Amino acid sequence: MNAVLQTHGLVRTFGGFVATDHVDLAVQAGARHALIGPNGAGKTTLINLLTGYLAPTEGRVTLMGEDVTRMPQHARCRKGLVRTFQINQLFGDMTVLESVAMSVSERLGLGASWFKPLAACGEAVDEAAVILQRLGLLSDAYETTRNLAYGRQRLIEIALALAQHPKVLLLDEPAAGVPTSESRELFEVIAQLPRDVTILLIEHDMDLVFRFAERISVLVSGALLLEDTPEVIANHPRVREVYLGEAHG
Amino acid sequence: MTSLASPVAADSATAIHDSLRRFRRSADWKPLEYLFWCLPVAAYFLFPGNYLLLSQIAVTSLFALSLDLIFGYAGIISLGHAAFFGVGAYTVGLLGMRGMGDPLTGLVLAALFAAILGFFSSFLLLRGSDLARLMVTLGVALMLYELANKFSGITGGVDGIPGIEIKPVLGLFEFDLYGRTGYIYAVVVLFVLFWIARRIVHSPFGQSLRGIQMNAQRMPALSVPVNRRLVAVYTLGAAYAGVAGAVLAQTNQFVSLSVLGFENSADLLLILILGGTGRLYGGLIGAIVFIVAKHFLSDLNPQYWQFWLGLALVLLVMYARGGILGTASKWLEKRRQRAQSRPVGGAA
Repeated sequence: MNAVLQTHGLVRTFGGFVATDHVDLAVQAGARHALIGPNGAGKTTLINLLTGYLAPTEGRVTLMGEDVTRMPQHARCRKGLVRTFQINQLFGDMTVLESVAMSVSERLGLGASWFKPLAACGEAVDEAAVILQRLGLLSDAYETTRNLAYGRQRLIEIALALAQHPKVLLLDEPAAGVPTSESRELFEVIAQLPRDVTILLIEHDMDLVFRFAERISVLVSGALLLEDTPEVIANHPRVREVYLGEAHG
Repeated sequence: MTSLASPVAADSATAIHDSLRRFRRSADWKPLEYLFWCLPVAAYFLFPGNYLLLSQIAVTSLFALSLDLIFGYAGIISLGHAAFFGVGAYTVGLLGMRGMGDPLTGLVLAALFAAILGFFSSFLLLRGSDLARLMVTLGVALMLYELANKFSGITGGVDGIPGIEIKPVLGLFEFDLYGRTGYIYAVVVLFVLFWIARRIVHSPFGQSLRGIQMNAQRMPALSVPVNRRLVAVYTLGAAYAGVAGAVLAQTNQFVSLSVLGFENSADLLLILILGGTGRLYGGLIGAIVFIVAKHFLSDLNPQYWQFWLGLALVLLVMYARGGILGTASKWLEKRRQRAQSRPVGGAA
């Protein structure tokens, strides 16, 4: 096994508060890995450290063996470390097709080309359409993003990420804010992603996590509590305590 | 990535193809655009005595277009865009004083110097909020204004640079007293630069600018180096403004300190918002309306014309957000929807 995404003693503090506490996380190639933890455990902070939105106070991040700790977000993304957001980060006034075509064109390195219309970049437009079709969004291709229902918008969030051809895909609560019926559909899409895409899922809904993940890391108060298979995690006394404790308090 | 899901069936491939046809044509010229560009030609024949005013509209249109690139598309608000306009105008003025009055060389050098200033000042704008950007752009323009005022040995100070000698365009077309050549020249420059700007805003680069304006936080997660794009567009917008200033100096054969003034920047922002931002034509329509209104209202009442300007501004923000073009397109959209919701062939 080889880790495609790894952290080494990662620490992030905000003033006196330790949001990420010496985290050594290793995500193996092709993994279906989930990161769970109670509210405020520092899951999103960890994602932000992995993608470069935040700089760590201490420690390192490596992507496919390369140290990317000082690498800006867009460069990490270009190397295949792609994320989605817990709260939709979309382009409200663009049509669905426009925004996905934009994402594809950026991956193809066309973003600095300024003379040929995006609409005439055949490769980018075709691929955008294929992605939309696979996510069942093609019928909404010409809808303005902000006019779509939230569940549909969650799919655009994923479409934008897929257009980047992720090697490692970080899904930050992909089903957040979506009704249960639609979240099942969302997870079908995610489950169908090919194995050459490594997935790290941050999720709150335990049902979804246990159905999807083959490996689970538990984050509590910024530190990794343990990492194991779903069966072990489900029956682990400390995990139950953390989750039951949260439920009661 | 064919393994993303089930292979695409042949009939759905045609469905994709059909559904893309409309998108592929989205950057084509529309009939209304052809119609719009008949206006300057029609104006040439209809108002032969007003070439100076018409040139002023063309120059202001180009200037507003330059602001639209940085504000309407990339979302960088500026209250100091006159800085670049002024650099362009003074470039032509200073060259003309030294006998280097070739118009096209003047345009190129004006664009170059304005772009250099734009490039370096863009770094001050990368991290700022809108308020910080307003202050920084205003500050740069104020400093430039006072520098031009102070070094009057070079710039002529408050007296400006009168009587700049501009050579014939391409060695053939002399700038005449009635401003006929000047008007044609200004419109041609405007059209060429508009055409380029239109290519740019429809390109992947232009699309990424819109993306940055709508959600700058998301763009790095789509491999976009946001700061580099902002520097590029700000430099471009500065170059465009420089050309606008150059054309003004060439057609007027005079440069005054007011080209760098605050009022020039503020009027420009107003013109663009009046016409509608992020639509390319907004600045052009804003310029036409603004200058024509100013012409007639100040004839009517030279001292108080700004009262009407202020009233129009207030009404615009209260009732017609998005400016003239924004309001027009909203109205058209509503009409289209109403037409669609009507039952097909219904007698009611």
